[in-house]
Amino acid sequence: MFQSLSEKLDSAFKIIKGDNKLTELNIAESIKEIRRALVAADVNYKIAKEFTDKIKDKALGTENVLKAVRPGELMVKIVQDELIDLMGGQSEGINVKGNPGIVLIAGLQGSGKTTFTGKLANYLKTKKSKKPLLVACDVYRPAAIDQLSVLAEQVGVAIYKEIENKNPVQIAQNAIAYAKGHGHDVVIVDTAGRLAVDQEMMDEIARVHKAIQPTETLFVVDSMTGQDAVNTAKAFNDILNFDGVVLTKLDGDTRGGAALSIKYTVGKPIKFVSTGEKMEALDVFHPDRMAQRILGMGDVISLVEKAQEQFDEAEAKRLEAKIKKNKFDFNDFIGQIQQIKKMGDLKSLMNMIPGMSKMTKDIDIDENAFLKVEAIVQSMTPAERKNPELLNINRKKRIAKGCGRDLNEINQFIKQFDQMRQMMHRVSKMPIPTGMMPGMGGLKR
Amino acid sequence: MSFFKKWFSKEKNEDLEKGIEKTKDSFLDKISKAVAGKSKVDIEFLDQLEDILIASDVGLETTVKIINRLETRVQKDKYLNTAELNQILKEEIIEILNLKDQSIFENFKIPQKSGPYVLLVVGVNGVGKTTTIGKLAHKFTQNGYKVVIGAGDTFRAAAVDQLKIWSERVGCYFFDKGMQADPAAVAFETTKFAIDNQLDIAIIDTAGRLHTKINLMQELSKIKRSVGKALDNAPDDVMLVLDASTGQNAIEQAKQFTTATEVSCLALTKLDGTAKGGVAIGISDQFEIPIRYIGVGEGIEHLQVFNGYQFVSTMLDNQIAE
Repeated sequence: MFQSLSEKLDSAFKIIKGDNKLTELNIAESIKEIRRALVAADVNYKIAKEFTDKIKDKALGTENVLKAVRPGELMVKIVQDELIDLMGGQSEGINVKGNPGIVLIAGLQGSGKTTFTGKLANYLKTKKSKKPLLVACDVYRPAAIDQLSVLAEQVGVAIYKEIENKNPVQIAQNAIAYAKGHGHDVVIVDTAGRLAVDQEMMDEIARVHKAIQPTETLFVVDSMTGQDAVNTAKAFNDILNFDGVVLTKLDGDTRGGAALSIKYTVGKPIKFVSTGEKMEALDVFHPDRMAQRILGMGDVISLVEKAQEQFDEAEAKRLEAKIKKNKFDFNDFIGQIQQIKKMGDLKSLMNMIPGMSKMTKDIDIDENAFLKVEAIVQSMTPAERKNPELLNINRKKRIAKGCGRDLNEINQFIKQFDQMRQMMHRVSKMPIPTGMMPGMGGLKR
Repeated sequence: MSFFKKWFSKEKNEDLEKGIEKTKDSFLDKISKAVAGKSKVDIEFLDQLEDILIASDVGLETTVKIINRLETRVQKDKYLNTAELNQILKEEIIEILNLKDQSIFENFKIPQKSGPYVLLVVGVNGVGKTTTIGKLAHKFTQNGYKVVIGAGDTFRAAAVDQLKIWSERVGCYFFDKGMQADPAAVAFETTKFAIDNQLDIAIIDTAGRLHTKINLMQELSKIKRSVGKALDNAPDDVMLVLDASTGQNAIEQAKQFTTATEVSCLALTKLDGTAKGGVAIGISDQFEIPIRYIGVGEGIEHLQVFNGYQFVSTMLDNQIAE
């Protein structure tokens, strides 16, 4: 995400990297490039102007010009601070207090409201131990209610729907009464997509909003939206006075300009970013981490957090002992792969590593890359999985047949496994964190 | 019958006005305001024009191109009034729109050929593929064509149901293999279905996919190939559906989808919503892919054949009249 912006900013910084002093001239040149980078990233042109003016003032501050230690770094720092500021400073959570807490979801057609509704339910259920009730208030789009029903089933939460009722205000009110009677502590109301210029539909959502008095109103916006994102956000905010913004489809090569513009325009924080088709692909938004990602600095904190979520201390201890004895086997290997898979989309994980986003730019990471090795291991007998030493040529031939792979591939994999095992054994004598696995293959051009 | 015809045609004109009005309002309205009260084009005006074009999602590259051309002409002609400027802008935009002759598709007609005309519809998530297909099937059916729509989005929850409801509304044929089915097989069999039943048109839906997901783009190539296996030289067209409020990302979408499936035409949706259309100028500037249809509202009637000359003229002539 934000790759093209990262690259363009990078080239803007290069202008001054070679210079040993910040001067009015090189600042102006670099500023111009930054502005262009922002505009090309769909940042609202007015905001881009104000943003770069601020940077210019800061960079030109006499103090800075005098100090002038490594102007490139100084410039990056100034831009980073301003980016964080632009995106809202602190990360803000969702308010689902109340009995029940009521979340209203609003946005344009196709922005991803229904999918987000499913993801939010999953998030509240698994991470906040809530018992959400989904409410299907999109009474217009064909099969919208079915779509929400399928998602509800997928994440294992309840849904409230009235197939014959075409009045979203009533449906929402009935749903809340239902929630109270059935022990649901949070209600998530999915609404139909609507255009900000459609007066009738905007009136409708205003009525829903008034009738149910949500504790949290979220505005969902497609992160690929262009210059108009600002106007749309303003129009929705005028009517709903929403509490936060959700950015969807951030897993594309999105320019992310909307992210940078909306907070600035309506003064409401971005609360969630949605990054894929899996129901788990939802993240709380952190302006500081996002700024780092935009500037190509990676986001190690989020990566570590993700790892921690999947981290099982007892399991790690067990593994450590095994590695020390050089007893790491294929079962452990598969276990590790499964842990990594649980952390989410591989490419987005890679992009959190500093400097990686530049490397992964033109490559696609095959989500199925693990399938191959899993198939190989699954073609082994339990005894072989426990004792990699057992594998002789006949066994390898049988495995190759079992998983439909070439014998060469089996050999190659086993060789890699051995190397990895030895390395882990050697390294295990030094104090390092466990749970990391070298040689994650699967890079595909 | 004539009553309905009249009613529909009236509504159609209103839609066109309504749809383009929004674009016109903020795009050239602003230009008109910028130029008002000025006797000549100066740097300040060009700066303003740049902002206006960028705010309309025309894109930096294309904006710079337009500005440079204007500058060159201004240097040559020195003096320009509003009318002259409108004329020049019109010429530039028409040239950039790179209009190809699409008269064969006017009034929702299709080229005459033996065997069905097969249209494969592609795009990222949430742009309005399914809705556009529904509207298009309606227009074609009204024209007396026999149409089948194939439910190739077997991934998104309830996508098959959504398309089925459309087919019932429209009164056209519907082909599906349920959710989770292989979309390439759906595409192949929809085409076969159209051949076997001697239908005129097969429209094939696909799941929305982000253009950065290489696996999914490869799947799309495969879907296209499987259509070709069912019928020689099919699909006749691959249509990329773009949301008109999309920013510069639309350019990248056009690029990636073209690489995967040789996109041959575009549909621009949600043009009624916001002041957009600029993205179309940017895309036409960089790809030689014509815009064929535009979506201008939620109703089943709210789809039009794109007419570039009319599009630009409606925008600019109204400006001159003001």
